[in-house]
Amino acid sequence: MASLVPLKEKKLMEVKLGELPSWILMRNFTPSGIVGAFQRGYDRYYNKYINVRKGSISGINMVLAAYVVFSYCISYKELSKCSGMTQLPVSREAGVDWLC
Amino acid sequence: MNENLFASFVTPTMMGLPIVILIIMLPPMLLTSSKRLISNRFHSFQQWLIKLIIKQMMLIHSPKGRTWSLMLVSLIMFIGSTNLLGLLPHTFTPTTQLSTNLCMAIPLWAGAVILGFRHKLKASLAHFLPQGTPISLIPMLIIIETISLFIQPMALAVRLTANITAGHLLIHLIGGATLVLTSISPPTATITFIILALLTILEFAVALIQAYVFTLLVSLYLHDNT
Repeated sequence: MASLVPLKEKKLMEVKLGELPSWILMRNFTPSGIVGAFQRGYDRYYNKYINVRKGSISGINMVLAAYVVFSYCISYKELSKCSGMTQLPVSREAGVDWLC
Repeated sequence: MNENLFASFVTPTMMGLPIVILIIMLPPMLLTSSKRLISNRFHSFQQWLIKLIIKQMMLIHSPKGRTWSLMLVSLIMFIGSTNLLGLLPHTFTPTTQLSTNLCMAIPLWAGAVILGFRHKLKASLAHFLPQGTPISLIPMLIIIETISLFIQPMALAVRLTANITAGHLLIHLIGGATLVLTSISPPTATITFIILALLTILEFAVALIQAYVFTLLVSLYLHDNT
């Protein structure tokens, strides 16, 4: 069945799997396009969870949780140096990194 | 020991890109703006908060000083939200860096002082000599007052940095101590955990109080000079 809608204007969920690479290449990667994508994402989240009559605290909590996970990923490298620090080190020389 | 304790204060970069820019831009994204008169709960709460802040802070100023309302309210919202976000685990707090705080303190203080010198030159110069000083003490007192004037921006920046950094460090240390003590003696670990809980409550208060103090002092310098 030939597609009736041109590939460029399809949304992601309507794109067939074989058409995916060409769909990705056709997206707007100019700076204004990327800014527009972030703006659309922000508006979608804002209008769904925050800009409602009885918004709950979970609207902002999801953002904060994502921020915590993001910060954890950033600082993973330093955190991985102290693994299993639940015991005091045996000798003073070995206690170089007990305050991770 | 020293390197790992202070590792959380390192400016975060990802493959050489300074993500600290994104982290500094996060609190402004959480403070919403709306074109409607009555908006959603989140925005109404912020409006109520800003109204409270303005009423508290800008009443003492003359109309000339009130032109600074936008600046001062933005300042207290930024510092308050940044400090509170820094209490989440693993996050980076820009206000722990002396560079950020100096960049906030010096221009605001300099603006207030220069405003005073431009519009009320005599009164600004008169601040250097308190009333009723003995004549022999005048030269020394002028030197002291000049030094105290120039130390104001440094004190603003260092106060904020030191308070927030010290709080974060204490949380790290006491948390680490609690973790180690659970395997050695659980009752002591319980006591340490209670101390940690109290400290976290204190840190929430300190986060807000420091924002308030910073902004209040800037507004005081402004009041002196308008």
